[in-house]
Amino acid sequence: MNLLAAALAPVHQQYLLEARQMQALSFAVHIPLVCFGIAFPAMVLFAEWMGMRTGDPVYTMVARRWSRIVLALFAVGVITGTILSFEMGLLWPNFTATFGSVFGLGFAIEGFSFFMEAIFIGIYAYGWDRLSPRLHWLSGVPIVITGFTGSLTVISVNAWMNHPGGFRLVAGRVVDVNPWSALFGNSLLWSELVHMYIAGYMVTGFCMAGAYAVCRLRGRWTRYERVAMTIPLTIACLAAPVQVLVGDWIARVIAIEQPIKLAAIEGLARTTRGASEHVLGWYTNGQIKFGIGIPHLLSLLSFHSWNAKVTGLQSVPPSDRPPINVTRLSFQTMVGIGTLLALLGVVYLIVRIRRGSLPTWPWFHWALVIAGPAATVALIAGWVTTEVGRQPWTVYRVMTTTQSVTGAGGIPVGYAALVIAYLAVAAALVWILRRLARAPLHLAGADAPPDTTMHPA
Amino acid sequence: MFLKTLPLVFMLAGLVLYTALAGADFGAGLWRPLSGPGERGARIRDHAHHSMGPVWEANHVWLIFVLTVAWTAYPTFVGSVASTLAVPFFIAALGIIMRGAGYALRSTASPGRELQLVDGAFAVASLVTPFALGAMAGAIAAERVPVGNAAGGLWSSWTGPVSILIGVLAVLFSAYLAAVYLAADAVRHGDDELAEAFRVRALGAGITAGAVAIAGLVVLHADAHSLYTELLHGAALAVLIVSLIAGTAALILVALRRFEPARYVAALAVAAVIAAWAFARYPVLLPGLTVSEAAAPHDTLVAVVVVVLAGGAILFPSLGLLFTLLLRGRLGDQGGATAGQAGQAPTGAAPRSTPLQARIAVALLIIGIGFLNAADAPWAHVIGVFALFGFIIVGFAAIVPRALAEEG
Ligand code: HDD
Ligand code: HEM
Ligand code: HEM
Repeated sequence: MNLLAAALAPVHQQYLLEARQMQALSFAVHIPLVCFGIAFPAMVLFAEWMGMRTGDPVYTMVARRWSRIVLALFAVGVITGTILSFEMGLLWPNFTATFGSVFGLGFAIEGFSFFMEAIFIGIYAYGWDRLSPRLHWLSGVPIVITGFTGSLTVISVNAWMNHPGGFRLVAGRVVDVNPWSALFGNSLLWSELVHMYIAGYMVTGFCMAGAYAVCRLRGRWTRYERVAMTIPLTIACLAAPVQVLVGDWIARVIAIEQPIKLAAIEGLARTTRGASEHVLGWYTNGQIKFGIGIPHLLSLLSFHSWNAKVTGLQSVPPSDRPPINVTRLSFQTMVGIGTLLALLGVVYLIVRIRRGSLPTWPWFHWALVIAGPAATVALIAGWVTTEVGRQPWTVYRVMTTTQSVTGAGGIPVGYAALVIAYLAVAAALVWILRRLARAPLHLAGADAPPDTTMHPA
Repeated sequence: MFLKTLPLVFMLAGLVLYTALAGADFGAGLWRPLSGPGERGARIRDHAHHSMGPVWEANHVWLIFVLTVAWTAYPTFVGSVASTLAVPFFIAALGIIMRGAGYALRSTASPGRELQLVDGAFAVASLVTPFALGAMAGAIAAERVPVGNAAGGLWSSWTGPVSILIGVLAVLFSAYLAAVYLAADAVRHGDDELAEAFRVRALGAGITAGAVAIAGLVVLHADAHSLYTELLHGAALAVLIVSLIAGTAALILVALRRFEPARYVAALAVAAVIAAWAFARYPVLLPGLTVSEAAAPHDTLVAVVVVVLAGGAILFPSLGLLFTLLLRGRLGDQGGATAGQAGQAPTGAAPRSTPLQARIAVALLIIGIGFLNAADAPWAHVIGVFALFGFIIVGFAAIVPRALAEEG
């Protein structure tokens, strides 16, 4: 073998920032859709199962109507995901060329997951009434499983980028590659996976519950809406408090594996013993302005010790520090929203168990309307924390973003074209979902197929 | 050497399947605006949409498969190709966005102008995407992609005669495959008039594609002389002849209205063209980059092979199920019989929960906090995570069935 197989030479890319924004935009579009791929099929199957068990047609109707939403969102998930996989080559060819042999396997397994997902979504969504009820229900099970394996493998790649291992770098080439341990023997993987998986349930659950809360606020509140709200709302309200606990876990893992990211999240300039936690505020000149400091809390939360030493930003040269305020602000956004949603969840759970009914206060339903978008914002903010907090590295402490970027010109043109395409897709999606929501309710069996009911005329 | 080549074989097989399966899907998009006016035209368009609805996503994933195997097994190759051919690659990406949106939109669009708009955009995307992907293949074939980060010309690399040729061929071939596929499907639905409409289209597209392919040899001779000579030698030549025979046979089968076998023979023709290219070029991937130089380290290659074989063992039976159900008419959105739901008698009261479940849920929550948030050992975190998932599941079981029964 000769050196040609080594990394492609780094080049000067004038539009690095645009490339990064293009990547971020594509993720911000893909990841919320993916949440529905992760969590929604399980809810649809639960509703269908209830229908089979009780013979009550309302459940079956809920499942049917939801399965159309799954199909529409999956189609958009597929295309946005395809864009992401193209961008690995389009925007970061040097990253792919150098490390493809280490992380690529994760995406190869992911590819099979999506295959199975696409196949069984096809069978499930188009098999209503044509397969026996039991077989139809069973055809949905692989969708739930592949939603999990798909996110497992993708997250394994992200965890590897944040905590690379399983290879050695010699003269710009990777040697001694062990892709299995690189991807699945990674201490960051499990916390990230659990956190993302639960985020999927929160986003889906609150978005769906919010849609029916709108119905209720508009006075449409039949048994159909009540059933369709109870399932996703309960899951989301159970998941929300758990997410705070998992978030604490992930933060402790970060404290060990990526101390500089933690320092950026907290805006901690100097390495400190018994460091304080700052809420809100703005980082300038090595300190937090206008923040509320809580003494010792950071040491306590990160290392479970009153006087633990927390590494500060100044332990590395400025060029190795991530953009601090972006990281910090997005982290605070996520935690703030997460805490509020957890409170909302606890209120619901208590009322539900004590009074045996849904809270009737209008403010609760207004809160549900906001909860879906808020959970989505927390999701994106969390990824911004992870990814921007990793900067300037693409592969943490191994390859910088500057080294991985493409040398091709025309990135701003591509960026603009992508923005336009995504705006069009977003408009189309909103339009589709509104049509689906407006389709008249029919009880199961009489519920006509998509292509005929959908024409309002 | 065998290990280093095996992933390439997987990639080429994936490419053949992508061309044959997704090609038909692109072609189906192309026929929509060419379906003529009136009621018959509308039927042709609807048929082109419905036949692909349940399968297009699965067909599309072959592209993802090829891409992920490629960047795992031959990372330098992917880095060089994607950066030099950024423009057609990006155009293909935009085309894919439009097509996916088109699928999602069409089933909700109302007839008339809305549908026309969707079909029109869909057709443009169906034209542009295979052309761009074909132009990329042409650029690689004509040795216009050097090794390096965007080392080749941003435009000149993929606008040469060979790129245009293969791009055009990709479009024509998609149109042909789609027409054959849709004709077979129409026969299955017992619609002879529709089958005939697609038969005429298949013959037109097929004959044009064949003529362009043969004329293409002249282009190869002029623009990619070394590929031309390599193609007309040894194994490559033998496979090329197979492709010629299969292509002709497929046309004859279409003429004889034997659509189903025609599909397989036509797919064989594409497979043979791709194989001929592989034989001609092997072991060179890009100028100055051979398969063994580009190949990933040993352990990665073993892992790729394991994953592809294991994945294939799950995938092919599932694909078989999908296509069997499709061919038997068990999938579709034309409302079938409403067996099942209506017939089932309610089986009494919904499941009841006990306060016990709620208490178990709370206990699990406390255990979870203890092991995940108070403890620091990794094994404790495992217990903590499972306890918290248990909290969600038991909590759900405690609340939802009762709530649903009470709401009623
Ligand atoms: C619904 C969404 C949501 C909510 C409510 C929260 N998170 Fe989160 N968070 C995510 C969604 C998310 C995410 C988008 O899923 C991330 C990005 C990477 C990851 O694994 O999960 C994430 C990342 C992430 C990270 C960075 C991990 C890394 O860099 O690898 C930390 C430290 C936390 N979270 C901590 C928390 C805490 C303490 C929360 C408590 C309120 C919290 N998150 C609520
Ligand atoms: C599962 C895998 C991944 C996920 C979920 C993920 C998520 C994200 C998100 C949400 C952002 C937005 C941050 C921002 O707003 O700036 C982002 C940015 C980015 N991602 Fe990733 N990422 C993943 C893998 C990758 C890969 C494979 C690359 C390839 C090199 C990559 C490179 C980048 C870069 C360069 C940015 C821009 C950062 C910036 O603007 O500061 N990420 N990613
Ligand atoms: C947080 C990170 C990500 C998660 C959890 C995730 C998960 C998923 C899921 C569940 C789907 C199925 C589609 C759906 O249900 O809507 C999907 C689609 C897809 N994702 Fe992602 N993904 C992530 C990031 C990425 C990245 C970084 C890439 C590419 C490098 C990618 C590539 C794809 C592709 C190609 C598809 C389409 C598959 C198909 O054709 O069926 N995803 N993703």
